[in-house]
Amino acid sequence: MNTQQDPETDGQQPVETSKQPYLSSPSIPDHDGRSDSSEGERPPLPPRPNTLSLLSDETGSRTALQAEATTAISRTDIETQSPEAADSAYSTLAVRGLGQGPKARASLSQLASPRGSEAGDSASIRSSIPNGDPGEVEALFMDFASTAPGSQRQGATGLLDFPEFAADDIDDDGILSEFEAVGELNEEGDNEGLLLQRWKAKRKHYVILSAAGKPIWTRHGDGGLISGYVGVIQTIISFYEDANDHLRGFSAGDTRFVVLTRGSLHLVAISRMMESDNQLRLQLEALYMQILSTLTLPSLTHLFSVRPSTDLSRPLQGSETLLSSLADSFTRGSPSTLLSALECLKIRKQHRHAINNALLKTKASSLLYGLLVAGGRLVSVVRPKKHSLHPGDLQLLFNMVFEADGVKAGGGESWIPVCLPGFNSSGYLYMYVSFLDIRDDIENSAEITKDESVAIVLISPDKEAFFEMQAMRDALVEQMERNGSLKEIKTAIDIGRPATTDIVPGTVLHHFLYKSRANVQFTMSSYAPEFSSVTRRRRLMSMYNNLHASIHAKNTHVKVHHCVSRSATSFGWVTPVFELYCIADPNTNRNALAQSASKIAQWVQREEERLFIIGGAVF
Amino acid sequence: MSEAASANAPKPSSSVKLVLLGEAAVGKSSLVLRFVNNDFQENKEPTIGAAFLTQKCSLPTRTIKFEIWDTAGQERFASLAPMYYRNAQAALVVYDVTKPSSLTKAKHWVAELQRQASPGIVIALVGNKLDLTNDGGDVSEAAGAAQDESESAQNGEEGAGEEDEVQDAVSGDARKVSTREATGYAEEEGLLFFETSAKTGTNVVDVFTAIANAIPESSLKTGRGTGAGTGQTSLGNRSAEDSRVNLGDRNAATAKEGCAC
Repeated sequence: MNTQQDPETDGQQPVETSKQPYLSSPSIPDHDGRSDSSEGERPPLPPRPNTLSLLSDETGSRTALQAEATTAISRTDIETQSPEAADSAYSTLAVRGLGQGPKARASLSQLASPRGSEAGDSASIRSSIPNGDPGEVEALFMDFASTAPGSQRQGATGLLDFPEFAADDIDDDGILSEFEAVGELNEEGDNEGLLLQRWKAKRKHYVILSAAGKPIWTRHGDGGLISGYVGVIQTIISFYEDANDHLRGFSAGDTRFVVLTRGSLHLVAISRMMESDNQLRLQLEALYMQILSTLTLPSLTHLFSVRPSTDLSRPLQGSETLLSSLADSFTRGSPSTLLSALECLKIRKQHRHAINNALLKTKASSLLYGLLVAGGRLVSVVRPKKHSLHPGDLQLLFNMVFEADGVKAGGGESWIPVCLPGFNSSGYLYMYVSFLDIRDDIENSAEITKDESVAIVLISPDKEAFFEMQAMRDALVEQMERNGSLKEIKTAIDIGRPATTDIVPGTVLHHFLYKSRANVQFTMSSYAPEFSSVTRRRRLMSMYNNLHASIHAKNTHVKVHHCVSRSATSFGWVTPVFELYCIADPNTNRNALAQSASKIAQWVQREEERLFIIGGAVF
Repeated sequence: MSEAASANAPKPSSSVKLVLLGEAAVGKSSLVLRFVNNDFQENKEPTIGAAFLTQKCSLPTRTIKFEIWDTAGQERFASLAPMYYRNAQAALVVYDVTKPSSLTKAKHWVAELQRQASPGIVIALVGNKLDLTNDGGDVSEAAGAAQDESESAQNGEEGAGEEDEVQDAVSGDARKVSTREATGYAEEEGLLFFETSAKTGTNVVDVFTAIANAIPESSLKTGRGTGAGTGQTSLGNRSAEDSRVNLGDRNAATAKEGCAC
């Protein structure tokens, strides 16, 4: 289905045949198979071509990927610059960074590895950061430097001042209305037309149906309203299944449909928001995990084996809000989902150490996992040596605890049976959740935002262990109060994420995402002030989605991706150790961009033990 | 739980374990929220699992510390309920006065409690969402259903916004379960009975006070004897049929409980 290989194979030829750094040689077609024409002479662009063509398999070409010419793609050309240095650095990295799984000291890196790769330990990573020597970076980006930035079109607008993608051409109200309820049929049923109109206006839909064609859950509207459409979807899917084929996705106009089949469930994502098939598939995968988390795999299988026409919406009753909040976080744009990684709260190593010790000291005997989470950012984790935490599971937990109001609004402590499918999809664990009030002034406690709430999450396999967990929480809080950890957490939350200019003074970068591959964790700069609004944040995420899709397209081995468009410059850099994505002004000097990017990478390397949880508390 | 140290308080204090049961979206969590925080939230999201809260209730002669288990009403959580009502001294079985099926469900819960819970358990039957009826404005216990007065302003939805509520918009009275029917049943079964509105606060504290008064002195003694541990002991009993994830063998774990099948 995915024919995106084609452009890549096209693009590879010039690279393999020529060892020239084609970044600086405009005559050689670039990655998109397009000629790198001089930008200065470019006429104003015609209206954006159908951007969705990038997602559509039929085109077989990704020429429409960017609004404007891709100026540079670098791949193997790096070798030409410093074949010895760069190349060997990377290959040793690959070995040292990722190859030491078995003897790795237990680390949070094992949190992840959905593919079962036992990623390496901290020591190996720390010792093997690339470009520790700035000179190497210079070499790596030499070709950038040689390109005169002066040729950039003048009078370019500010960063992301207008929507980069047609799909993002909505204001805050538009985005917010995306999350509004469609409404319900009135008694006479005469408002169906209106409701359907509202339903169709949504940019993103998720529909889950059973193989028998029963609607199970839909983000917008209800089963009754959309039953006709569900019928159509089911017909299309089963048409392919009859032919022993699996429909994975298709396009209609500017809308992309992606289908994921899991057992007796079809999960369908319908998006007009410029997301790649892979990204949509990851989102559907997460929704499926949420269903497993509610029901467990055996009972799900059992329900459908007993009666294929089972109406699953009944057993799922009450978990719809979890699915919806998960779906909305995707629609809003979630770096965590995009990168399949989680974010940690940045605190000093010794403080994290103190918290780890407190967790270990107070650990209850039936505890499986203990997490301290500040607004979706992990502060610390305690876990048994042989059991890691799956990032997908954590995403479900964080969604349940922080995004959906069911747990937080209760006001008390919660005891929740939950299946963590990444850990074990066949049984329930029991989760104790308690929110901490770390504010000084209680009066403002009502206004504690999601980013500021701190939760203690304790997971036990014993369903009767509530009071044991509660005792552990009390002891833990007391410990952390005594050794000042709570204050440190509060301070860290108040400081928030750093701005790019805090890290690299005067940098051209406006925002970045950095994923540490071995730790399966990411860090990023602050959204504020530039990307505080929902719309601008959505545009930012679209840029990242696009950048990520380009870099991770099948069969590419892109190391550096530089893309200039009318409203922004985006830059992606991938090594075996990290993935770095940054956004800058449209007319940014390439040299400055590259330098800033490598400075960010160096900064992360320096701050690694503060930014990421390496190891965590293991018992 | 740690500070059962209210022992030095002038009045004797004892903890009472109380469990809330009832169909989904009848307003169990809203009742608790009103009782504990004197607060109300429209369109509250459904409880997941169960929430544990505490609140003190002061009686003339003593202080009662309620340890409240607010359970989720969804069918798939029903199998976990025994864990919460086992050894409970009081239960609040809640239904929605605008939804007859919820009274049926409440009757099931009452029957189960009478069969399985500790013999001395005090059960209160509570019809919630009184604000959606014409009696909503009256603070006192509602008499029969006065059907035709139209107080149209009271049509706001409560709880998780369920289907039936909107229907009687014309008369302004969404009541579907008459007070007479519910009182009759409560008397038959020997239950305390209240109609409440978590939204306006009508009768909410009264329910808990009535329960506190109805707990027999003897059961309070035992409650004090074990101190705050009442809850602990009950939840601490590990049952053999416990199906939980086996840490040793990831494949051997079974998953029977907690789902609707």
